[in-house]
Amino acid sequence: MDYFAGIDVGALSTDAVILTAGSEVAAYSIVETGANSTDAAEEALAGVLAEAEIVRSQIKRIVATGYGRVSVPFADKRVTEISCHALGAYHLFPDTGTVIDIGGQDSKVIQVGEGGKVLNFTMNDKCAAGTGRFLEVMANKLQVALDEMGELSLRAGREVPISSVCTVFAESEVVSLVAQNHPTEEIIRGLHRSIVNRVWNMVKAVGVNGGVAMTGGVAKNRGVVALMEEKLGQSVHLHEEPQVVGALGAALLAWRASQSAG
Amino acid sequence: MTFFKELRFNFMKDLGGPALMSISRKGRKRRHRAPNPHFGPALKSATRLKEIMTRHYFLSRYTEGAKPVAWVTSGAPVELLRAFDFYTIYPENHGALCGAKKLGPELCAVAEEHGYHRDLCSYARIDLGHYFSGKSPAGRLPKPDLLFASNNICQTVVYWYRALAHYWDIPLILFDTPYNFEEINDSDVSYMVQQFEEMIPVLEQVSGQPFKYRNFQEVVRIARDTSLAWGEVLATMKARPAPMSIFDAFVHLAPIVSLRGLPVALEYYQTLLKELKERVDRGTGALKDERKRLMWDNIAIWYKVRDLADLFAEQGMNFVTATYTNAWTETIRYLDDQRPMESMARVYSLVILNNNLNHRLKLMERLINEFEVDGLVIHSARSCKPYSVGQYDMKRLLMERLGVLSVIIEADITDFRVYSEEQTRTRLEAFFEAIDA
Repeated sequence: MDYFAGIDVGALSTDAVILTAGSEVAAYSIVETGANSTDAAEEALAGVLAEAEIVRSQIKRIVATGYGRVSVPFADKRVTEISCHALGAYHLFPDTGTVIDIGGQDSKVIQVGEGGKVLNFTMNDKCAAGTGRFLEVMANKLQVALDEMGELSLRAGREVPISSVCTVFAESEVVSLVAQNHPTEEIIRGLHRSIVNRVWNMVKAVGVNGGVAMTGGVAKNRGVVALMEEKLGQSVHLHEEPQVVGALGAALLAWRASQSAG
Repeated sequence: MTFFKELRFNFMKDLGGPALMSISRKGRKRRHRAPNPHFGPALKSATRLKEIMTRHYFLSRYTEGAKPVAWVTSGAPVELLRAFDFYTIYPENHGALCGAKKLGPELCAVAEEHGYHRDLCSYARIDLGHYFSGKSPAGRLPKPDLLFASNNICQTVVYWYRALAHYWDIPLILFDTPYNFEEINDSDVSYMVQQFEEMIPVLEQVSGQPFKYRNFQEVVRIARDTSLAWGEVLATMKARPAPMSIFDAFVHLAPIVSLRGLPVALEYYQTLLKELKERVDRGTGALKDERKRLMWDNIAIWYKVRDLADLFAEQGMNFVTATYTNAWTETIRYLDDQRPMESMARVYSLVILNNNLNHRLKLMERLINEFEVDGLVIHSARSCKPYSVGQYDMKRLLMERLGVLSVIIEADITDFRVYSEEQTRTRLEAFFEAIDA
């Protein structure tokens, strides 16, 4: 049986997805990107092959995406994460009109059309505000685990407003808030609000049409998702591992290419 | 003005300059750059353009004491100054040159050391950096006798030229143009005409020459004809394939900006137009295979013009129109030598950057339709706030009205410290994928 793979080499994590010839997800894997994108891609591929219990030669085509897409020597094609997230989200949730992808190094809002086509998109400018990196820095400063932040913020009764959008300045702001004995949960909720407000500008620029899917690592944070839903006035589509949506889109492109090639 | 200095200027203009330039051309080793296989044959007129612009900067070194020198903003009504035979230097054109030579950050940093903020326009910072350091890829620029600015392109020029006027202790003439919210009315025009009338005694004093109305009319005629010729040059790109690209036009823009009103600029565009028409007749395109036609919005990213030209050419995508290059034919063509002052007032107050966003939207719609544009690349330029404001709305409205795909890239005209190669590439590649999907 033929299989198709997509690999998304992001700033923080590298994700791989394997599809069957019927475009069903056979397996996925997530590893940390670390310092070497090529090694991370190899590792993610090895992991997903083991998970799917198949061997490399059974993969007919591989598409790489993400910032490290150029560092995947074994990829047959390289496609931007914008096209891949749009297609991946559309495949999972066919009524998707808008994708909000908040990744480790950047965030983007994509307007998706028929067949998962990109109609419009916008990305954050050269600044880590409104990205996963922002939360990572803050989790570190507050000495909480990154994946606990969502739960903690949902428990907060109030929120402490964070005025600075700059990651470096917000970090100093957090230091002084801690010194003023503000509860950690309230600070975290303020930080989540700051991300959502930042991304909201991009949502407004692109517009909301139909269903909204959230993808990327930050979509795992229930606190951020809840604030975004509040802002949108509607619930969002989430995959159980929102990080892998880009890799899924890449795998779908690999599968589609083989279909059109006959 | 001494007789000797005038003599020297004229000698360098007619004999010495051309001779020196020809020696330097022969002495220079030609850098061999592998030709990009996606491009059609290069424009022959480019050699003549280089000659004209090099000579313009070269000759400026001999102006001191021979000719009055003015530094002028790109949107200023220079026609009035030409009637007094001012030698004009355009700091914005010089800034673009510095940008293309990748000197932006270095000169900006000099201005920043003197307290000018990084958020200021990088043309202004380069110019002030040049003032403090004397550095220029053009050798050196002549010290001005007069500064001439118009706020029809931005408010920054007002403060920038005031700073120059203060440092040099020379007169500054400011032409104030009311912003066009809906339409320019008669009282706006008379306000502007009165300003021209007040400028004349100052110009007479600085230049030492009386105002000659007939000369002024002649300059206005030449400027109008040059603007019309530039318009015709741009219109050749309506052909499929387009005989040139906007990246070429960014370079061929120099004479209409900085030599407008002089016969040399008009002659140049007539030559260029002839070549382009021949290319259209032969079906010679800027690209060998023009698959898609694009529009550019905002000033060029000067340090990236060549790289971007290569990148888009590889995709078979050619830029066939731009709001930026269009700015020098959009209104200047309506100059009227029978009513020079009134027409100048209207022409210069209705330029794109002094006009409302609805006007800009309509203009973009018209260009997209006339040039059969498939996609739009919008440069959000950190330096140029008046040009970059409203771009996200334009993008959305053009998508809604015409279904034209577009991408915004965040960069700067010359200061590449705020340019991110990786992020820009991802945006452009996503744009390529979307346009081909």
